[in-house]
Amino acid sequence: MTLSSFISLFQAAIVFGTVIMFGSIGETLTEKSGNLNLGVPGVMYLGGIAGLVSVFFYEKYTPEPNQLICVILALASSFAAAALGGLIYSFLTITLRANQNVTGLTLTIFGTGVANFLGGSLNKLAGGVGQISVPYTSDAFKFQIFGSLSSSSFGKLFLSYGWMVYLAIIIAVVMQIFLSKTRKGLNLRAVGENPATADAAGINVTKYKYSATCIGCGIVGFGGLFYVMDYIGGTWANDGSIESLGWLAVALVIFTTWKSANSIWGAYLFGLLYWMFYYIEGLTRSSQEIFKMLPYVVTILVLIIISFRKKKENQGPQSLGLSYFREER
Amino acid sequence: MSKNKSSVKEPLLRIAKRDSIEAYKAWGIRAAVLIAALIICGFIIFFITDLNPFKVYISMFKGNFGTTRRIWQLLRDMAMLLCIGLGLAPAFKMRFWNIGAEGQILAGGLATAACMIYLNSLPNYLLLIIMFVTSIIAGALWGLIPTIFKAKFNTNETLFTLMMNYVAIQLTSYFVALWENPYGSNTVGIINPATKAGWLPSVFGQQSFLNVAIVLLLTVIMYFYLKYSKQGYEISVVGESENTARYAGINVKKVIIRTMLISGAVCGLAGFLAVSGASHTISTSTAGGKGFTAIIVTWLAKFNPVVMILITFIITFLDRGAVQIASDFNLNEYVSNIITGIILFFILGSEFFINYKIIFRSKKQEVIK
Repeated sequence: MTLSSFISLFQAAIVFGTVIMFGSIGETLTEKSGNLNLGVPGVMYLGGIAGLVSVFFYEKYTPEPNQLICVILALASSFAAAALGGLIYSFLTITLRANQNVTGLTLTIFGTGVANFLGGSLNKLAGGVGQISVPYTSDAFKFQIFGSLSSSSFGKLFLSYGWMVYLAIIIAVVMQIFLSKTRKGLNLRAVGENPATADAAGINVTKYKYSATCIGCGIVGFGGLFYVMDYIGGTWANDGSIESLGWLAVALVIFTTWKSANSIWGAYLFGLLYWMFYYIEGLTRSSQEIFKMLPYVVTILVLIIISFRKKKENQGPQSLGLSYFREER
Repeated sequence: MSKNKSSVKEPLLRIAKRDSIEAYKAWGIRAAVLIAALIICGFIIFFITDLNPFKVYISMFKGNFGTTRRIWQLLRDMAMLLCIGLGLAPAFKMRFWNIGAEGQILAGGLATAACMIYLNSLPNYLLLIIMFVTSIIAGALWGLIPTIFKAKFNTNETLFTLMMNYVAIQLTSYFVALWENPYGSNTVGIINPATKAGWLPSVFGQQSFLNVAIVLLLTVIMYFYLKYSKQGYEISVVGESENTARYAGINVKKVIIRTMLISGAVCGLAGFLAVSGASHTISTSTAGGKGFTAIIVTWLAKFNPVVMILITFIITFLDRGAVQIASDFNLNEYVSNIITGIILFFILGSEFFINYKIIFRSKKQEVIK
């Protein structure tokens, strides 16, 4: 493998990894509260489409769109829509105590439907080639803050990306500190481990579960936004790729053993594994497909190893997937 | 619950678990919620698309019952979803979260397609029997892998089976690229279009008749298996409490493995029906998300195969209806996901009012126990 092809593999891995990194950080926060949200793909879809729709209309009806407003509008609407998805999930699972897995899967169906319905309709609205585009916003999202430094090999490897790549890293670190060093973070983990004990200690379980789930979903939504704006360059395709990325994000949470800082390298590793087939010579088209299996197989191995070694710090939250009712013993 | 006597101010509402609820009340709540959901969907349709919701619902109805052919398509789709739901029922009743139906269906479908491609010179009845058996074995094995780890190391089966779906999807992509026909199309195409080797035969002129009949038979078998057999009883004891089961002398590991073999086998059979009885081809969308939808079917039906028929009807009706709306009003088909999603949210929420009661603050509380 030559240097230049290694660089392009690495770049593909980082951009791919950033989408699922957002997803896995958000889902880590959600799962730490004891909510196993299988609606990640749906939420990612909601975040992606909301950002796209809002700036589409802004760019359409404004003669000279301001790129800063584009970015803020996209971020805000993406976060809001994704958090709203989280709110539906929270209301059903926390207040109405519906089953988490089933509610999450329904959220995935719903989010996929809303996003592809709106996206498909927008494509029709845009007419012509049948693909919408939001050039101002996607330019703003692709802006490389370290762009001037990216001429060397090192620069190409680490500094040649849109700013959301670095935002993801920052959020991952902040999340790790929040969960392990702050009082609120520790309270949240107590809720996820054993809500009854947390409740007895005076922690407002419902409030923590609601906020962790909604904010977590908002972060997941950024993954969808990054995919739409940077990865595919500000357009929409009804091809189901966000869905498979969403499931990879769920896998990544396990792979990182519920530590968001691990997702910084974990996400890029998934990206490398996913794109490796493209750079290995002599693969037939069918054997490439076998290579794409790798991220999932690796996740399965991690899952087996953590259950086999039973180390306390690598397990998921103890009450993950269970709803809490104070009067139930 | 002697809270009433204390001087602390009572909250306005209090929630308590119901011991039991009369069946007519429970079904009344469900029906009311379903109607409420349909009304809300009507409003949403109106606001998004400016269409008259009644016309939309009529168009949905026609899409399902308009012609004999459409009715059979409805039945065929119902049979497919019901079959997967039946497969998941024993696993879920045991509280084993088999999210991996998609993968098990694909495993069964791949085995079926492989037999159709490599053994097409055999006499048709023999080929069909071999396909039937291999698809069941393939599905069962695909379900067995996570189960062994669950039984041995208590590995999280929700996430394991979820990952197995994607392994199966990539495996399918591999075989699609291997078997592609014609070359360069990246699809397998209709297998044995001329000889129809390995196609489930038409009965009474209906290609889907056997699909529907097999699944109906399976529904009856599963109903009795879960409700009246010793094994079915063991499944529900393990589902209620593994410790109780162990105390009662049930070999929990054995029950888990046996039940998941059955669950995977039935999902594999669904793959057989999809390939041999419906599409006559295989692709990564052969399962098409039905493995996930079936989880919702099973859960909402409380693992009762007869109730599952009703729920598969509602979901399939909406799905096929939405395809019709899409073509009648020039919308895109994803409208069905939105409507299905909203209705399922409502049904999921309604379970709360069946399982819990809300008690308002009042002086009569002592009477209410």
